[in-house]
Amino acid sequence: MSTRQFGQPIKRNEDPRLLAGRALFTDDVHLAGMLHVAFLRSDLAHARIRSIDLGGAKERPGVAAVYTADDLGEYWQPGPLLVPPPPVEQLEFHPRTQVPLAKDKVRHAGEAVAVVVAESRYLAEDALDDIFVDYEPLDAVVDLEDALKSGSPLVHDDLGHNINARGTQTKGDWAQAEDAADLVIRRRFHYDRGTAAAMENRGIVASWDDKSQQLTIWDTTQAPIAIRNGLAGMLGLSEHQVRVIAPFIGGGFGPKIMMFYPEEVLLAWATLQLGRPLKWIEDREENFYATTQERGQVHDATMALKNDGTVLGIKDVFLHDAGAYAPYGLTLPISSQCTLLGPYVVPDYHSEFTSVFTNKPIVTPYRGAGRQHGVFVMERLLDIAAEELGIDPISIRRKNYIQPDQFPYSNEIIFQDFTQLTYDSGNYEPALDRALELIGYQEFIREDQPRREAGGKRVGISVVSYIEGTGIGPYEGARVTVEASGKVSVATGVGTQGQGHYTSFAQVVADQVGVAASDVHVVTGDTDLFYWGAGTFASRGAVVAGNAMHAAATKVRDKILKMAGEKLEAAEEDLELIEGRVQVKGVPQTSISIGELAVEANPMRGAVRPGTEPGLEATEYYGPERGATASGVHAMILRVDPETYLLEIEKYVVVHDCGTVINPLILDGQIQGGVAQGIGNAFYEQLHFDENGALLNASLMDYLLPTAADVPNIVSDHMETPSPLNPLGVKGAGEAGAIPVGALFAQALDNAFRDIGLEVREIPLSPNRLFELVTEASARGNA
Amino acid sequence: MKPAAFSYHAPRTVDEALALLRNYGDEGKLLAGGQSLVPTMNFRLAQPTALIDLNGIDELFFIREDNDELRCGAMTRQREVERNGVVKRIAPLLHETMPHIAHAQIRNRGTIGGSLAHADPAAELPAVAVALDAQMYVRSVTDARWVAARDFYVGLFATAMLPEEMLVEVAFPQSRSGSGWAFEEVARQHGNYAMCGAAAVVGLDGKGAVENARLVYFSVGEGPVVADQAAALLVGEQPNAEAIRAAADTAASQDIDPVGDIHAGPAYRRHLAGVLGERVLTRACERAAGAEGQ
Repeated sequence: MSTRQFGQPIKRNEDPRLLAGRALFTDDVHLAGMLHVAFLRSDLAHARIRSIDLGGAKERPGVAAVYTADDLGEYWQPGPLLVPPPPVEQLEFHPRTQVPLAKDKVRHAGEAVAVVVAESRYLAEDALDDIFVDYEPLDAVVDLEDALKSGSPLVHDDLGHNINARGTQTKGDWAQAEDAADLVIRRRFHYDRGTAAAMENRGIVASWDDKSQQLTIWDTTQAPIAIRNGLAGMLGLSEHQVRVIAPFIGGGFGPKIMMFYPEEVLLAWATLQLGRPLKWIEDREENFYATTQERGQVHDATMALKNDGTVLGIKDVFLHDAGAYAPYGLTLPISSQCTLLGPYVVPDYHSEFTSVFTNKPIVTPYRGAGRQHGVFVMERLLDIAAEELGIDPISIRRKNYIQPDQFPYSNEIIFQDFTQLTYDSGNYEPALDRALELIGYQEFIREDQPRREAGGKRVGISVVSYIEGTGIGPYEGARVTVEASGKVSVATGVGTQGQGHYTSFAQVVADQVGVAASDVHVVTGDTDLFYWGAGTFASRGAVVAGNAMHAAATKVRDKILKMAGEKLEAAEEDLELIEGRVQVKGVPQTSISIGELAVEANPMRGAVRPGTEPGLEATEYYGPERGATASGVHAMILRVDPETYLLEIEKYVVVHDCGTVINPLILDGQIQGGVAQGIGNAFYEQLHFDENGALLNASLMDYLLPTAADVPNIVSDHMETPSPLNPLGVKGAGEAGAIPVGALFAQALDNAFRDIGLEVREIPLSPNRLFELVTEASARGNA
Repeated sequence: MKPAAFSYHAPRTVDEALALLRNYGDEGKLLAGGQSLVPTMNFRLAQPTALIDLNGIDELFFIREDNDELRCGAMTRQREVERNGVVKRIAPLLHETMPHIAHAQIRNRGTIGGSLAHADPAAELPAVAVALDAQMYVRSVTDARWVAARDFYVGLFATAMLPEEMLVEVAFPQSRSGSGWAFEEVARQHGNYAMCGAAAVVGLDGKGAVENARLVYFSVGEGPVVADQAAALLVGEQPNAEAIRAAADTAASQDIDPVGDIHAGPAYRRHLAGVLGERVLTRACERAAGAEGQ
């Protein structure tokens, strides 16, 4: 191709459909005879179920069925443990997973107790009001530390305690670092829960066709293939009898890769019972309870340093809120442990976590997935150490960066993909320098800040670094097919939730096959169109599926060249692919379209040679040996209204390095969306549970999402340090924007209130909380 | 989040609506803009037997000037109030307040009467009605009466209206010459309910001293909270920074007794009340002085 499409800011292939409202979402699926499903959910966070009285629910006109746990018989099973415990020595691990409907006890508010199927959602909800559950309320486990005290109520009675897991990972010898230190700082950090609040809630349509013996499920899942395999197993069907379609999805962010949600298990089962299609669309209130959440952790962290700011070691002991069930194993605490180390040399590290069951909604990865906490602890420790040592916060980071010649860099502990945590490549200082330049760091510190502070303003600046482990295995696959029209179709197993896969994958393929990206039609998330795969998570789509695309497209290119070479009686190296045609280099008269070749490769008559595959098609798989480590620097200038404590972000800079960039426009979108979510997490979004485990703000009226007015224009730039681990050199970018924002807010606020010695050690914040922290700091200063 | 079943009625006149209201009493709900009622019904927190839709009653949609008063029909959309020139001239405080109410999309649908009658303690309009000494015209099948705004609000989401009564009109007196006004609120995000808000109306005498003052808060109590002690402190004083600061401090510490919620604790609310009290009194006094000087 004369113009390379890989790396270009091409507009997204999927946008016209999305913007015009012509894309299929789960709730757009309407089937003849379809019934609607509603769930009776517990108002209490912790209670024993004495009895369930269905009242007149079953007899209510329009109601097709009412089920409780007892009706499920053998089908009632706790969900599978999705991720086995990592190979960490002396790990204590007590898995407990979610159930389809609560049987003897409810363990979090919103846990489903009964399900109603009716002619409409209205009638189904009317019938919910008929059902009476006799609960014996139990004291709730809410606070992480209280959960571990003897005498605490128990989320899972059979365990005898509330410990989901306990594990320690070490590198070097922390005791030695502590002994050798000039300065040891100790702090406690809190990071509280939020919810992903995707624009589209979850939804499922399940339809059993008795004549074809086929079950079709439209599901807002990030992992359609795993859902198919699991449901087939549970229902005793062949995998070929189950088709799962993950159509367009209005945001995944991690909670949509949780499996199996009770609703998935129940709709698939109930459509078989009733022989009619069923629909359940999660409403926003349900989403606050029934969709998984993340982020509750408490860290007691200690850092040992030399007087010159060199970090000698870190000891971190933390509690992790698993919620009522922990289907995802230890992915989150392991991710926190690993990400804490960041782009810095930390010779000695001791990290010890306890994952704790609580009577709160289930916790599974949500964009960032444990990384926010690690970055927050590390960056805060560096800020506090810099303050104590009289070093500026930039220098202390620079001093401790891993240097470019140290890669691959091993941190020795086990990462969430169970390999040793090893950074493939990185170059951190240029990104820092670029961020400082873009934010105008020196000018702000020397001129703007003093001038504005003299005028009674409060303004602060912050700069933080982070790394992100991305693109983990096991594998993904892709099938690339040249069609008779000359257009190219591509299928993969990963689902898409707004990432721009229809474009970025097309760009990867287009260059190899010699067509425009707009002529590459990508299909994702339909198990009938691609059989194998894992799913969209852990910033892995571009890395894992992208490289599978590349491999398949390269193979198709080879087929095209071989066939054209034979036809044109030319050596393959003398051919070129231009705009959907092959020709002898520089001789357009010889050109033949790849569509014609595709037709010839699938002849109607005659005999093809033995060993020949029909068509111009290839299927390839890619599995990375380990994850690729992306990195970045965020910088911000923040203005605080000293009277109301409202904040205004004056400038926000991201310099990001995710290796080779496929499409900078899509990448910027990913980063900006992530930052918006990070801003929400830092200053607006917090789930408030009371001492009974009741959620006090289960609506978007009280759970505040950042709006366009709260999110600044983001200045972004990209460094490209390719990953040596995969042919494309790409690293993941899906979560990067969201990860360091809490740390950035904390540092900026400390900077704005440095005269009173403010030290922010918690996220999320709010104007009210900032008022309290400033009031306390002022009181300490005056005491 | 689907409402329970209800019967739906679309009267064309106030008389028809009142008859329905008498018929259903507590079991009936009046639907104005629906910005509060509909979500409440979707959560099934409200399950009225009958919904009486006022959107087809033409006689409830009007803004007019009458004997130096501003008269608004209860169903007048908030966006209409915001953009109306008569409102701006006769009740500039009301005009200044309107853009603070939720979002433009909500104001397109929300009505002045709906908000006043709903009596949400965090709503702007009840506080402004009290600050302006608005009069509420309330009717039932058998009765019609005017109720002063200050007497209209009797508690949390509670008004002086009986179940068979309906708010049909509100009258705002002409802003007096020599008086100044101001409105301000602090919300976590634009368009959200305020954590604290304040409206002030101040009149100065010929010597520039404060002749009358009213400072009304919202979102710090069960309804609009009138800071009488603060106003008393200010009357007779020259409106300098010190006097205003003292009045605002008194308002924050004496006149209000806020409770906390997930967005703002009592201490922060008091703090904001002091800040906002000072801001609105200052601006109201400046405007009053400016008006005097003309």
